Amino acid sequence: MQTKKIDYKQINGWGVDADPENDPTYPMQHREDAPPRDIFYDRPPQQPIDVEVLHSIERPDVTAVFGATLPPKGLSGVIRRFAFKYSENQYKHWLPLIFADRVDVVEGVLKDLAHGHVPNIFAEKGYPMEWKYNRTAFVTKMATIAAITVGTVVFLNSGKDKKKSKHVRGYRGK
Amino acid sequence: MLAMEYRGPKRVRAVQKPMPEIKHPEDAIVRVTRSCICGSDLHLYNGNVPDTRVGSTFGHEFVGEVVEIGPDVTNVKVGDNVIVPFNVSCGRCYFCKQGMFGNCHQANAMATAVGGIFGYSHTAGGFDGGQAEYARVPYANVGPTVIPPGMDLDDAVLLTDVVPTGYQAAEMAGIQKGDTVLVFGAGPVGIMAARCAWLFGAGRVIVLDKEDYRLEFVRNYAPCEAYNFEEIGDPVLFIKKQTDWLGADCVIDAVGAEAAGNALQTITGRKTLLQAGSATALHWAINAVKKGGVVSIVGVYGPTDNLVPIGNAMNKGLTIRGNQTSVKRLLPRLIDHVQSGRLNPKALITHRMPMEEVADGYRLFSAKLDNCIKPILLPPTVTR
Repeated sequence: MQTKKIDYKQINGWGVDADPENDPTYPMQHREDAPPRDIFYDRPPQQPIDVEVLHSIERPDVTAVFGATLPPKGLSGVIRRFAFKYSENQYKHWLPLIFADRVDVVEGVLKDLAHGHVPNIFAEKGYPMEWKYNRTAFVTKMATIAAITVGTVVFLNSGKDKKKSKHVRGYRGK
Repeated sequence: MLAMEYRGPKRVRAVQKPMPEIKHPEDAIVRVTRSCICGSDLHLYNGNVPDTRVGSTFGHEFVGEVVEIGPDVTNVKVGDNVIVPFNVSCGRCYFCKQGMFGNCHQANAMATAVGGIFGYSHTAGGFDGGQAEYARVPYANVGPTVIPPGMDLDDAVLLTDVVPTGYQAAEMAGIQKGDTVLVFGAGPVGIMAARCAWLFGAGRVIVLDKEDYRLEFVRNYAPCEAYNFEEIGDPVLFIKKQTDWLGADCVIDAVGAEAAGNALQTITGRKTLLQAGSATALHWAINAVKKGGVVSIVGVYGPTDNLVPIGNAMNKGLTIRGNQTSVKRLLPRLIDHVQSGRLNPKALITHRMPMEEVADGYRLFSAKLDNCIKPILLPPTVTR
């Protein structure tokens, strides 16, 4: 553990930006000598709204510019439209958006498959890096996941077998 | 063009996408020459930011060459090599006029609390980012800044976010000469915040993290004292003991939503998303700062709620300051610091990867493999 004191005055640039008047309220606080900051300003020209843009209901309109490449679509889009009926102050806004994101992931996989592309999950998750730099932990993690998965499947299947055999015994008992 | 594409939590890939187009008279199209993966990209990568749509291209740290401009663009011209601040800013709204370019009110239709940010989900405007060969840059008269002759592109790309965010973290901390400054997080922004704390006259700088290689780096780079919080017991108690039982004068949270160190925060903030990220660093910051001190937050959290001891903040008379960095406001000063040698941003870059390997880059950075501090992506059009 290092506890060496540092002679800060030897550090290149020490104190060059020191400002005794650095006010904690800066820059929110209006200053008497500051130029006027009218809340009414010349709005930039509007980007053509040629795709569906969901905008926060905490503002009256769509901003002058916006990202236009991924309009809402599919089931996730339906959920997003629902979310945008509520203000940013409400969980009814944010939680559906998180849910929509997860639905969007499934839709993305289905879209990949529909286009004949099987996503290479191994590569998309960057696992080659784990294999290269963190192999032991990575193999252990994967083996654990595999063991839990296999164990769960076996357990669930054994339950089914028991039900089946119970049912058969009952039938014979009649 | 080749671009990074988000497919779901911890899943990204490089794909061919359509070229961006001029959509607004003040747009420019930039051919990207460097882009970075940022620590805050990991919140998107992990699926923690609401309204992160599949198909999005991330990347808010990039520089490049202007290849096309809209009819109303006058401040840059085709052929200029520009630093593109991570904020999308109109330059004329109530907030931009105050120099709060990170809070522009004409750049994000989808949320009012946060301004527009390149490649940072629809919650930040839905703009595609710069982890691509080309990017659309709105309001090109405001943000893009011509790279000074002779400046290394590796330095320039870190002026889009890392350097200004670290600097503003120190600025917001209200450091007075001789102050003890505590920085949580030894990622690129934490490292830069520690370095910049000296510029504001700090008398002592302490960094806490849990990655030894990062602690070693910041210890030499800032330079500063650096400790592994997993080895010091209760970090707040440790800091009290280090500061005559009073606490640090200023504390900077340069960690945000991915913080480790507290099981309850990790489970509720990162694993189950019951809160807007793990607020461990902020929790510790409030408790480790001196009464009447300042907590400066540049770590990114989500838009819902976090568990922090706000009662202690009131009882201690704290000032809590946070913001998205106003890159445009800070650039002239920071360019001067880089050109004068006071700051050496490119020393943070540890990995350079072709854009085709973007998935590997995210995993490498996210899992902190191979002593990664800052990876940059090089598009195929750039000499590698």
